[in-house]
Formats: sequence, C-alpha cells, structure tokens
Amino acid sequence: MEHRKYDPADAPVLTVEGMNVDIAVPAGALHAVTDVSFSVRQRETLCLVGESGCGKTITSLALMRLLPRTAKLTARKINFEGHDLGRISERQMARLRGNRIGMIFQDPMTSLNPVYTIGDQLEEVYLRHRGGSRSAARKRAEYLLEKVGIINPGQRLGQFPHQLSGGLRQRMMIAMMLMCEPKIIIADEPTTALDVTVQVQILQLLRSLQDEFNMGMILITHNLGVVARMADQVAVMYAGRVVEQGSAEDVFRNPVHPYTRGLLDCMPKRGQVAANGRLGSIPGIVPSLVGQQRGCSFRNRCVLQRQACSEGQIDLRPASSGHLYRCILEPAATVLPTTLPVGSAA
Amino acid sequence: MTAAVLSAPAPQAAAGEPLALETRDLTKEFRIGRKWYSSGQPLRAVDGVSLSLRKGEVLAIVGESGCGKTTLSRLMLGLQQPSAGEIFVGGEPLTNVDRKVFSRRVQPVFQDPYSSLNPRKTIGEIIRDPLQIHRIGTSAEQNAEVEAIMERVGLARRLIHSYPSQLSGGQRQRVAIARALVIKPEIIICDEPTSALDVSVQAQILNLLQSLREQMNLTYLFISHDLSVVEYMSDYVAVMYLGRIVEAGPAAEVLRAPRHPYTRALLSSILTADPGLGLPEVNLGRGFPDPLNPPNGCRFHPRCVDALDKCATVMPRRIVSGSELIECHLHDTAATD
Amino acid sequence: MSSVSDAVSPPALKPGRIDEFDTLAPSPKALMRRRARSHIGLIIGASLLAFVVIVAIFAPLLAPYDPYAQDLTRRLVDPVWGPKGTWENIFGTDALGRDVLSRLMYGARISLLIGFTAAVIAGIIGATLGILGGYFGGRVDSFIVYLINVKLALPVILIALSVSSISGGSIPALIILLGFLTWDRYAVVTRSMTQQMREREFIMSSLAAGASHTRIIMREIFPNLLNQIIVIASLDMALIILIEAALSFLGLGVRPPMPSWGLMVSEGRAVMFFKPYLIMIPGAAIFLLVIAINMAGDGIRDVTSPEGRG
Repeated sequence: MEHRKYDPADAPVLTVEGMNVDIAVPAGALHAVTDVSFSVRQRETLCLVGESGCGKTITSLALMRLLPRTAKLTARKINFEGHDLGRISERQMARLRGNRIGMIFQDPMTSLNPVYTIGDQLEEVYLRHRGGSRSAARKRAEYLLEKVGIINPGQRLGQFPHQLSGGLRQRMMIAMMLMCEPKIIIADEPTTALDVTVQVQILQLLRSLQDEFNMGMILITHNLGVVARMADQVAVMYAGRVVEQGSAEDVFRNPVHPYTRGLLDCMPKRGQVAANGRLGSIPGIVPSLVGQQRGCSFRNRCVLQRQACSEGQIDLRPASSGHLYRCILEPAATVLPTTLPVGSAA
Repeated sequence: MTAAVLSAPAPQAAAGEPLALETRDLTKEFRIGRKWYSSGQPLRAVDGVSLSLRKGEVLAIVGESGCGKTTLSRLMLGLQQPSAGEIFVGGEPLTNVDRKVFSRRVQPVFQDPYSSLNPRKTIGEIIRDPLQIHRIGTSAEQNAEVEAIMERVGLARRLIHSYPSQLSGGQRQRVAIARALVIKPEIIICDEPTSALDVSVQAQILNLLQSLREQMNLTYLFISHDLSVVEYMSDYVAVMYLGRIVEAGPAAEVLRAPRHPYTRALLSSILTADPGLGLPEVNLGRGFPDPLNPPNGCRFHPRCVDALDKCATVMPRRIVSGSELIECHLHDTAATD
Repeated sequence: MSSVSDAVSPPALKPGRIDEFDTLAPSPKALMRRRARSHIGLIIGASLLAFVVIVAIFAPLLAPYDPYAQDLTRRLVDPVWGPKGTWENIFGTDALGRDVLSRLMYGARISLLIGFTAAVIAGIIGATLGILGGYFGGRVDSFIVYLINVKLALPVILIALSVSSISGGSIPALIILLGFLTWDRYAVVTRSMTQQMREREFIMSSLAAGASHTRIIMREIFPNLLNQIIVIASLDMALIILIEAALSFLGLGVRPPMPSWGLMVSEGRAVMFFKPYLIMIPGAAIFLLVIAINMAGDGIRDVTSPEGRG
C-alpha cells in the first residue's frame, strides 16, 4: 500500500489563518486557542499534537463550529472550498458538516445512536445531505462498509452499535463519514480507545481511504508514535498555541522548541530500559489560560527559561524553510541540557 | 499439565529466599448468563496461569483487551477467588484467604486516577484509609506516616486537605501510589497505571515507580498494553492471549527476539516516533475470537499467519526452558502428541 | 538489578518539586458555595423555606392569638384587605372565630413535622434497601427489586386513606404511614447509583485495602449518594406534605381542632363561596411551601452534582 504523497502544488482544501478561541469563564476570558494557522491539501495529513488542555480538541471543534456557546471564535480567515467557516451561517455550516467535512471521534459509541441500526444511521446521513432514495443510500452504505473492510456488510447493517467491537464501531464511523464524500476529515483521537493491533489497522484504513478519495485529514492525537507515522505536517500545540510546526521529518528529527524536545524525551524508545537511566520529563503543569497572556506560555516549565521569556509576544519564526517554532532562542541553543542520548541503552 | 510446572518467568530462587509471588495453574472461570434453571456458559478468563517472580523484580503482563489481564490482577489482589490453582506470596499460600490478609501484602495502582480516588474524601483521608482499616499506629503516627509517604511520592504536604478534583492527573496517580504504599506491601499490581495520562506525566510516573522500586525493594506486576512502556519498566514479560500465557521470558529476550506469532504481531504494532517509516504491516488475522467459544486447538490459530494444520486441532504444549515459556506448535521441536 | 543513582536522571525530576508551579484549584466545597451564591432558584427556595421553618419553630412567640381559642362573637371576620377587615386579625377568622394567621403558623409546624420526619423515615428505608441491593447484587438485589416492584404496584393514596381511616389520624401514625409509602424513589435511585459506583476503581482500591463491606458502604458509597438523597428527600417531603393535606382535607388525616393546612382548607369549604379567603390562604401556604422545597431541592442538585468528576 504505497502512500500517494500530496502534491505541494495543490491549492489547500482548508486554510486557517490566525484563529483564536476565547471561552468566557467567571474569572474572565480563557484563551483556549491563540493564533493558530495551518493549511491542508488533498491527501495531506496534518497532525495536531499536544497534551490534554493544549487546545487541539478546541481547534477541531472550532473548525466544525461545534464550540460551546460561551466560546468565541475569531480568525483572519478559515477558508474551506470558498466558504469562510468563521463567518457563514449556522445553516450553511450544517450543510457542510458531515457532508463536505467528515468527523471521527475517539469513542464511536457516543457518536452512534444505540437505538438505531448501523444501516439506519448510515443511510440517514446520506439522505439528509444528498436526498434520493433509501435504496440508493443502502447501496452506498454497503459499498462503503466493504471499503472499510467489513466482511458481510449486508448483515452488519442490520446490527446495533453495541453488537460490534470497538474496532468495528470505528470502521462504521469511518464508513458513515464517507457517505457524503467529504473533502476533509477531522479525526479526534480516533484510535486512542483501541488495542494497539487494531489501532494500526484503523490508521492504515484511514490512510488508504484518504488516498483513494483525495481527502485532506486533520488528525488530533496525543500519541507521538501515531503522529510520526501518519503526519505529513505536524503542529505541536502547547497552552493554546502552536509552538512548533513543520514537516514530520523536521519536527521529529530536528525538534527545535524545548517543549517538543522534552516531549520526545518523555517517550520510552525501543530498547530503552530503566536500568540505563530515567525517561526525560517535563516538570510542572500547564499554566492558566485565563486573562492576559504574556511571553512564552511554556516558560514556567522550561529548563532554558530566562528573563526575556516573560516579556512581550513571541511569534512563530522559521528554523528552516517550512519549519516554524515559537521560542526566543536560536535553534541550536534549545538543546536540553539533560537530554539523554537516544538509544543510549544497549 | 502438572501443577508443579513452573512456567517461569523467573527460575526458582537459588539461595533460600522464597519467591515474592508465585501462581500455580491459576484459573478463573465465570458463568455467563447463570439463572436458577441453568448454570450458564463457562468463560475461562484466566486459564492455567503459572508465574513466579523474585523480590524486587518487575513482571509485565501484556495483551489486548479481553485477554484476561484484568481478571488476573483481581485474583492477585484477592478481590476474586480463583476457580482453581494457587497463589503464594513470599512462599506462603494466600489462596482463598480473607481480603484483609491479602491486602497487607499486595496492593493495586489502577489505570484511571479520576475514578480511583473517592471524590468526597481529602487526599489525607484517602492515603490514611488503609492504615485505619488495619488499625496501624495511633492517630499521630498515622499522620506522620501519611506525610512521609506523600513526600516520598512527590506530593506537596499542603495537598493533604485538598480534594481529588483539585489535582492534576499525575498528582492523582501519585496519591493512588501513596495509598498503595502506605501499608508497606511487598507487591504492587500496576494495572495500566499510565495509560490515562499524558506523555510527560507518564514519564514522571514511570520514573517514580522505578525509584520507589529501588528504594523500597518492591515487586511489581505491571499490566500494560503499551509495549514501549513495558520494555522500559520490566525485567520479565508474559504475553497473554484469551486467558493463557502464550509466551514469557526475560524482557530483553521476549521483546527483542519474539518467538510466538502473537508476540511478533504485538511488537510490530508499536508505533515509534520515527517519521518516514510509515505504518507497519501487522501480521494478524482480523477478528477477535469469542471468549465464550474459544477456538479448538491453539486459541490463536484463527488469527495466526503461520498456522499449521495441527494448530486448529491440537492444543500446543507448554514448553518451559529456563525462565522462558512458549505455547506454540511452531516452536515445539519435540513434536510429540 | 543495578540501582541507578539520581545523578543519571534529569535534574527536573525531583519528587516534591513537581507541583511547584501550579496554583491549587478551588476545593469542591468552595466551588459549591460559589455556585450556590449565584443560583437564584436555590436562594429564593431556601429563603422561603427558611422563613416557613422559622415561623413554625417560633409559632408560640409569633402567633398573635391562641390557635385554638374560639371567639364566636368574631366569626368569619374578613382579612385585612377584605371589606370589613381589621388589623386585629390580619388573615381574618374562621367559622369558629379562630385567628387564621395563628392557625397558619401552628399549621406550618404540623406540615413540616410530618413532611420532614416521614421523608427521613422513607429515606432511611429506601436508601438502605437501594444501597444494599446495588452493592451486593445477586439474590439480595433480586429480592430488593421485588420489594420495590411490590411497592410501586401499591396504590399509595388508597392505602393511605384506608389505613388512616382505621388508625384515626394520630400524627405519629400518619408519619409512619407516609414514610412507609414513599421510600421507593430513594431505593430506585440509590440502587442504580450504587451499582455504577461499585465498578469504580476507588471501591476496588478500598476492597483491595481490606476494608469491610460495612466500611465501604458507610465511608465510600454513602457520602457520594448523600447529595442525591437530599434532593430526593426534598421532592419526597413536598409530596408528603401534599398527601397529608389531602388526607386532612378528606377528614382522614390530622383531626380537628389541630391546625393542619389541609384541614383548614376542608373547614373553609362550607363557606367557600362567600368567604373564599378561608381556603385560599391555607391553599396558598401549601403551594408556596411545596414550591419552596422543590426549588431548594433543584438548587441543591444543580449546585452539588457537577463536581462528580471535578
């Protein structure tokens, strides 16, 4: 299964520029997402990666306009197929959602209605957006179930969600998302609840469908392994901001931001055992995002912190072509003093 | 299958010291759908598991959901009684003894730090609870003990009067560890202790568990599905499939030169942070078998890419050599049966 | 296994330094207080309820007249806003010349006493059964589910009517009767909550720490159910107060000359077309008390429930 790489010359399917999400809380405004920009072409996978509370899920909800009512979305531009997602009406958005924009969530059980059969739910999506006859919808559902690797689709369509295993349910969700030929997939932790072997299968499936149907994908996950293997582009998020952004090759082979470096050190590598030294770690916790944010949001956990980190606004800047990072230090100066040599264990 | 077979990971302790933990042919059978008119269908969640572990060592149990890891951990905690087989802790039989006796020697750290702490109790009350249950020490001594153990697991003393909802996931897991350690057990059953945590927090907790093990000479049974974590943490690995241990041995052997096709499939599904490698091919048939209707012969054969004819009919022998164990026809050179 | 000195590990990894940057989130109690302060329903309901409770407790001091004292020369005096009303009897007098305001104040004692005690009895019965069934499951649970079903099949009002017509309206008898007739809601809710909680890991941890079942039920489960029980109790209390009023109205509850609100409505019935205030005033009192209890109960639920997971 050779991955057909995206063509950098293609026009992006989705372009986001300067997106902010502020959530009103009793103590003021919580800056959940600040100044996020990216673009996704067809067949391209962008991974948003970060730890809980970093704003990656809010970013995806913002793109689908499913934010809670207390949240305010502002952006210079969110362009999807000529629509500005930040400005179009709720009705126009409802027409795109589930139709041109496909969504997959972590827990398929919460997105599938337990009282309807799989078939009913798949057909419903199609009929809502495409109209047409129920038999046409059923035919498409069967075709897609086969596409997502479900043996005996006719029988499965008559089953209820609770009769399926987690992996099968996720395949159902993928089939449901494909019912209306979306141009972009937003997948929020699609494999987190699955066994490792099933995870690989689902990721392979997503990848091959993405190539076949020419879809762009935004994959949201905290799993660095998944990111490394799936991503064309990576955006590492921390405290609502993108702190490093670039190709997977750049971000994983030459991480520049101290947070990215720290995160990679935290991951046990193959062959690394405790007897040969501890895992790296990032002390402290994510700062409060309520109120005015100044300086670097990572500074209180950064071993390289210095005076200048708490001042002004730190912008993304290039480390190399197409590789951006948000730190006042030069790329060569962000090496963590305690980074263990990779593969130090015999 | 004789009960005396020590299906390793660790060989018998050489010099006198009893094994920290040993199980012999531990089996747990549930009856599904039992009614007054029928005895229900048997489900063997744990099937003839024999393990042994020396003091201070870490044995990891790996396998997919539904493989029986959780039932095994509950048996080891005395929360469920085995249908057959025995458990020894420090050489003493602990099969069918009271939970209270068990609890002095074996303690758990569970997966979800959000559900493992009572939201209505303060951190201090939670950690002190085991001391009160076992009536250890006076109130002042208990206080001192709680503060000492909090310090040891890296919890600030001021958190003693806080509630779980005020703590981060990592802090909560530290509380769970402190509660497990406060009555000084010999064995800790870590049931997916970091899978609900962020990567950076996971690293902190794994490091903490390692330091505590070294300082307090603890023995861990470490249950996980994350093989990178298992490799980092453990001395021995046992791979479980549908209630049976199909391969076991020193972590270095099992994880670097896996022999069982299932172990190989599990290892190949590890996604390391190597960009450009793409997704691995996992050689594994689809479909998890129904535990209520386990396949004949080798339980893994329907998913096995290397299955032989006899795999579908003959149950593979358990082959033990040294501290290694394997249950697979492909590695049964004697080829009897 | 060789031990590793801490020198190998990154300096950032010193236990005890981990939370040095974080500011502690507010405690659940502080959050509850904060939510309570901004919950208008709770504030209104609780103040109204507090008002009725205070009036009931201090009725002997506050009431202008003896509620039993008849003054046949001043019968059916209009309330102060009526055509012949005076400030001497603010809410007027009834057919026997008793002061309505005083009777209302003493009547609050009866409503609250019966409502509260019967709700507590029902709560003890229901919660005990529900927790035991949910916790132990199996046969215990089957039996308790059976009891609940039997209870749900009973026609409450009919039984209340027939039993109180036999027992003859003593207050303790009424309390026990109503307590035994309304425990099912507690049982249903606590049972399902206990079932869910039993699977949570903090119960597992407690079991693994060797705690006895009694200890787990009392120390781990019950505190987590308490808020919910209070909410049900508020609904139950409102219901009991209404049943008591209905029974008294029908002459099967509190016996005259006791000043029960239901009885007052009943006594006013004879003259309701030309002295409607005699049923409207106690009727409004019942209505307000029940509304107040329900608002307070809803408020407690809103204020306490969201912090389940923090």
